[in-house]
Amino acid sequence: MRFWICAAVLAAASFGLALSPVNEYFFYAAYVVLTFVVLATAWNILGGYAGYVNFGTPAFFGIGAYAATLLFKSLGAPLAVQIAAGALMGGLLGFGVGMLTLRLRGIFFAIATVAVVFIMETLMINWRYVGGATGLQLLRPEVIAPFENYIRMLFVVMAWMGIAGVAIARYVQDSWIGRGLRALRDSEEAAEACGVPTLKLKLFACTVMGGLMGAAGAPMPMYLSFIEPASTFNLNYTIGALGGAIIGGMSHWLGPIIGALLLGSLQQIVTVTISGEVNVLIVGVLLVLFVVLAPEGILGLLKKIMPRSR
Amino acid sequence: MKRTRREILKAGAALAVTAGIPGRAFAQAGPVKVGMSMPQTGSLGAGGQAALVALRLWVDDVNQRGGLLNRKVELIAYDDQTNPANVPGIYTKLLDVDKVDLIIAPYGTVPTAPLMPMAKQRGLLVMGNFSFQVNAKVQHDMWFNNAPWNNASSWSDGFFANGRKLGAKTVAFLAADQEFAQNLANGARELAKKGNLKAVYDQNYPPTTTDFSSLVRGIRAAKPDMVFVMSYPNDSVAIVRAVNEIGIGSGVKMFGGGMVGLQFTPIMASLGSLLNGIVNYNSYVPGMKYPIDDFLKRYAQRAKEAKVDPLGFYLPPFNYAIGQMLEQAVNGAKSLDHKQLAAYLKKNEMKTVVGPIRYGPDGEWANARVVQAQFRGVVDKDVEQFRSPAKQVVIYPDAYKTGTVIAPFEKARKAKK
Amino acid sequence: MFFSFELLLEALMFGVLLGCFYTAVSIGLSVSFGLLDVPHVAHPAIMVLGSYATYIVASQGLDPILSGVLLMPVFFVLGVLVYRFYYESFERRGTEAGVRGLAFFFGLAFIIEIGLILVFGVDQRTVEAAYIGESLELGEYRIPYRMLVAFGVALVLTFSLTLYLSKTFTGRAIKAVAQDEPALRLMGANPVRIKQWAFGIATGVSALAGALLIIVGPVEPAIDRLYIGRTFCIVVLAGLGSMTGTLAAGLILGIAESMVLMFFGASWAPAVAFGLLLLVLGVRPQGLFGR
Repeated sequence: MRFWICAAVLAAASFGLALSPVNEYFFYAAYVVLTFVVLATAWNILGGYAGYVNFGTPAFFGIGAYAATLLFKSLGAPLAVQIAAGALMGGLLGFGVGMLTLRLRGIFFAIATVAVVFIMETLMINWRYVGGATGLQLLRPEVIAPFENYIRMLFVVMAWMGIAGVAIARYVQDSWIGRGLRALRDSEEAAEACGVPTLKLKLFACTVMGGLMGAAGAPMPMYLSFIEPASTFNLNYTIGALGGAIIGGMSHWLGPIIGALLLGSLQQIVTVTISGEVNVLIVGVLLVLFVVLAPEGILGLLKKIMPRSR
Repeated sequence: MKRTRREILKAGAALAVTAGIPGRAFAQAGPVKVGMSMPQTGSLGAGGQAALVALRLWVDDVNQRGGLLNRKVELIAYDDQTNPANVPGIYTKLLDVDKVDLIIAPYGTVPTAPLMPMAKQRGLLVMGNFSFQVNAKVQHDMWFNNAPWNNASSWSDGFFANGRKLGAKTVAFLAADQEFAQNLANGARELAKKGNLKAVYDQNYPPTTTDFSSLVRGIRAAKPDMVFVMSYPNDSVAIVRAVNEIGIGSGVKMFGGGMVGLQFTPIMASLGSLLNGIVNYNSYVPGMKYPIDDFLKRYAQRAKEAKVDPLGFYLPPFNYAIGQMLEQAVNGAKSLDHKQLAAYLKKNEMKTVVGPIRYGPDGEWANARVVQAQFRGVVDKDVEQFRSPAKQVVIYPDAYKTGTVIAPFEKARKAKK
Repeated sequence: MFFSFELLLEALMFGVLLGCFYTAVSIGLSVSFGLLDVPHVAHPAIMVLGSYATYIVASQGLDPILSGVLLMPVFFVLGVLVYRFYYESFERRGTEAGVRGLAFFFGLAFIIEIGLILVFGVDQRTVEAAYIGESLELGEYRIPYRMLVAFGVALVLTFSLTLYLSKTFTGRAIKAVAQDEPALRLMGANPVRIKQWAFGIATGVSALAGALLIIVGPVEPAIDRLYIGRTFCIVVLAGLGSMTGTLAAGLILGIAESMVLMFFGASWAPAVAFGLLLLVLGVRPQGLFGR
């Protein structure tokens, strides 16, 4: 119950914030941070709970973005429909990638997901209708009241999407699905021997992860008013999602939120004050540090400091 | 705007670093801030660095004259690395964090493309910077380009007209898959069809391609009379080297057309004799009668200090012209309001170091002045040689012509002048 | 698309040369991942580091191949240090190819790439040599010398490594540790030192591969992302741990890419390596000569 109250408060707060005279740039930057909250949360469903490392975040994110672009360009579809399409395509791709897990583990699965990213990118490069390698300029529709401009609205959309994503991750974690995933993370053979339906669980995790990432990607073309393959399918999304989850802590749904919020905010501040590259460098360095020194992430560190927490 | 919510949500506003800056503050006196993203690294980097020197020269000049509306002018320029993905973030920062009064587009079509929808949505005046047809789809009515071309015809006519004079019947198109090259390619294909030229080869390549040997081989096998290339500096260099390495075929009469980068001094110096015979577009070559000499002299001093392109032919004069146009518009309209400035720019003819500029309804020049020139007798490792008009012989248009094209391409590569 | 027999033959020749170059680029990974099971996704990044190191050394006036060779011992030491760190942090605690090991190398790859951007910028770098820019004329065909040089060095590298692994004592020890580590331990050899040595060799080889990379074409820091696909495709297709398999796989990929380039155009070529990789993983994951 506590969770739902918090969720409602946050949802209302984000709505209120969007109507306040806070500087525009805050919403522009916060949108990106919230995107990474969704991506990290989604990544953790497969990566943290099941132990399958997915390097292919940009593939799902990108297919959502391009699905949205396609619908917007051809039918002028509203944002809600674009997001639904993004989630659907992401989920389908997730299901397809999930089938890969039949025979591939560990690094082989990870490299296979990288392959999916580049193949998706090449497909989009060769599809002139959505811009090809050149890219597509997009004119947003008029923003709906009560929002002052489109970016503020997108901020609220992404905040609510984050809350929804976390709710899904929490459900998965606490249900029998989560228990099954944890079992197969510890030992897939043993889990199978005990009767855990490992394939169904893996497919489920992949589909949910893909769907969430696709939904997160769908508003991106509207956010930038522009889309092109190289930046959409950029591996920087991989390290952001993976980094957020690992640094935050992979065992609990709170981890990716903490990790993505901290990492994302740090990145935005560095981008504005120093440079765009240094922010990716920081993610890389923090990732390596945490993976070596604090594998349980920030949650793990908190647990050590506060022995009687959650 | 629901102002009562402001009280309730002050606590929430403390979350963000930038929340301290209220969205509506207005700087009363204080400098006039001109903001832009300029590619200083990446494919267009060499051109962008030179252009920036020219812009900073204008800022100093205008400040010596008392600034704009009696306020000092300040230029804020970030590096987008020729990557269009960086552009929306940079301009959002310029507008919402740095709070600039005026914006200039980045140099080049590719970095400018993402700016256009944003500019239209926010109702901003944009001074274009050597892009090609970047406003065609968005159709923003406050766009003013500084480039001496307008549509595809203005660019390609010279190339095709000369080719036809030489008896060419077939053409090969090689274009990068990016905004500039695709805009130009679409136009050029139409013109070729209208002029009864048959396209025997037509390929797009991803902008990150570095090895062109397969593509050059393909072109050679198609045996075209003309090869029209539309490329950005990194690819232009690679294509020139590939053609030199494996040959384009003895039947090719003319090669070049739309290769960006072969006008940048550092690239011209590094390619040297590999340039000979190529017929390519340019905005200014020595010999053209523009009121430009004083600018070039002062630019050269600055360029030497900044260690960039010492000649300053292609891009810098036109960037200085942007500054001059902004100055005349602001002084003429006596305001910084974007709508008023746009109205002024639409109506009036402006005087610049590259001659008088008057705009058509689409924000491009009413009268194009782009030339096609052929490289002749270029030697390796010599920058100063390019000051001589003999190294880039203008073959089109008649108003600026200094010579006739030498064909075929392989023969022109060896010609001494 | 214009098609002729000469064009096909030229594409085939180019594919063979390209394939051997890809082999040189992947052979380090064949040792570090194929034999040692290290999830080394940072391999292409280290190779690009080698390219930039070659650029620096060659700008002092040295020939690029010579620069690459001179850098090999430096990179050997680098490899030893990286493996040592990896071993202490992960392998010893038994969590190697899991999430943490992969994340470590992925993070390392990014750190190297961004580090290069911060030092050198995003501009392309090239080296100059007498054989870069000229080509060999065989009748109708012109073969660029830079490709021939890469081809030659690649063959030398592959054969020396194969001989080393099968004829020398340490070489055979490396193969042994890949096959059966506990047995090796029982025989009194120290597997960690052997693996360290092997990883060092793999990294040293990557230095020379980096030199070849910058000879064959211009490099920029993000080019490692393109090569993740090619190197892993070759190593997996070869079958983990087989050196001659790497050569065969390299040739297959090189020819495949060349053919796709000719028949489908330059915009599909980047997907060939990844597509082939997925195909191999789906159909025959143990590769051609797998152990």
